[in-house]
Amino acid sequence: MNVGTLEAFALVVRRELCLSFRRPDQLLQPLVFFLIVTTLFPLGLSLQLSLLRDMAPGVLWVAALLSSLLSLDALFKSDADDGTLEQLALSGQGLTLIVVAKTFAHWLVTGVALVLASPVVATALGIPGSAFTTMMLSLGLGTLTLSWLGAIGAGLTVGLRRGNVLLSLIVLPLAMPLLIFGAGATDRAISGVSPTGALYFLAALCVFTCTLAPFAATVALRISLE
Amino acid sequence: MWTWFYKLASPPHVYRAAAALAPWFLGSAAITIAYGLVAGLVFAPPDYQQGDAFRIIYVHAPSAWLSLFVYSSMAIAGAIALIWRIKMGHAVAAASAPIGASFTLLALVTGSLWGRPMWGTYWAWDPRLTSELILLFLYVGVMSLRPAFEDPARGDRAAALLGIVGAVNVPIIHYSVQWWNSLHQGATVAKLGKPSMPGSMLLPLLSMLLGFMLFYGAVLCMRLQGEVLNRERQAKWVREAIKS
Repeated sequence: MNVGTLEAFALVVRRELCLSFRRPDQLLQPLVFFLIVTTLFPLGLSLQLSLLRDMAPGVLWVAALLSSLLSLDALFKSDADDGTLEQLALSGQGLTLIVVAKTFAHWLVTGVALVLASPVVATALGIPGSAFTTMMLSLGLGTLTLSWLGAIGAGLTVGLRRGNVLLSLIVLPLAMPLLIFGAGATDRAISGVSPTGALYFLAALCVFTCTLAPFAATVALRISLE
Repeated sequence: MWTWFYKLASPPHVYRAAAALAPWFLGSAAITIAYGLVAGLVFAPPDYQQGDAFRIIYVHAPSAWLSLFVYSSMAIAGAIALIWRIKMGHAVAAASAPIGASFTLLALVTGSLWGRPMWGTYWAWDPRLTSELILLFLYVGVMSLRPAFEDPARGDRAAALLGIVGAVNVPIIHYSVQWWNSLHQGATVAKLGKPSMPGSMLLPLLSMLLGFMLFYGAVLCMRLQGEVLNRERQAKWVREAIKS
């Protein structure tokens, strides 16, 4: 059977979405983790809303980074364990396409969920509603970029037994520019300064990783699969 | 056409070349570093603003430069090894990583020691020091990825790829950290203004820089010998090399 590139892409994305919606607990866990981490900060720091508001963008972004990392480990793992990944690699569709589809689907279920949950957390942290658009836009761009960076890390560590900590160790330093611009954009929106500069940077980083990371992730996966 | 290249990159040849080059590198490093230290710490005039505290630049700046230089040579060696499947490239990358991490650590330590008299605190989240810290994290990532694989060849290739990805990211991280500092206004750090240095200060610095690079060459040659022996421990020439 001959399957076109776009069709194959859609099929893999559909399969991934189908698999993740069959396990709603795994879908919710990163979100709950996100909520718990953001709860930790007010408990550990102070209840003064003014102080919280100053820290809110950073807290929100750190929590988002950590919870996306949590789910990255599973990006290729289960498929590599039961051999599906090798079958997909042998399907004649090109591994890069599979990687792109899987990563995109991963972003759809984790990144978009984080973006949708962020207004609730933001309200609790005292971020004014006027900054929500910027915050959600920056989180959307940031989580997509992080999914790409994470795909490289997940590809490298998929064959390892205890790859989870190593994955964070590899991906977090690479993700630091995201934190700077993402939290920066939100920070500016809160204080009423135009956040376009930081958003443009985030978008540029996103386009940059979208174009290069799939190839790096493919090479990483090949190294692990061989 | 490529045969000479592969011959050059054969383990016994690399081992012998490293053994032959190491003393030369070490000797010239000793001379240049000795000149740089004496001229920089004793003969160079004290800075008109920073007094004698500026002299830590003679260790700090070369190690910061070397931290980047070693990272890029590690990434290039890894890329060569990945693309042309030259095993010795991995050996060079593996031997380089701990050296580069040490230079990064040295740059961080001297930087914060410098910060104490200049900024009044050891750590002021100065953008250059912060990106140096992130560079250290990148080194740690590469160094911990390699031994995580049971199959050493696989670990080599994974580490090489991570090194390349990191090398692409180093400039991004560097500039975004600089930008980040401009976002966080206030607490303006006393910038180490760089008026054109007089020759009596600059010459020792350049000498130290050259000396540090030669020192890297020397340590690389020594570590490379160990690395090659360990990797080729099953080979016949290793047994002969150790016996003789």
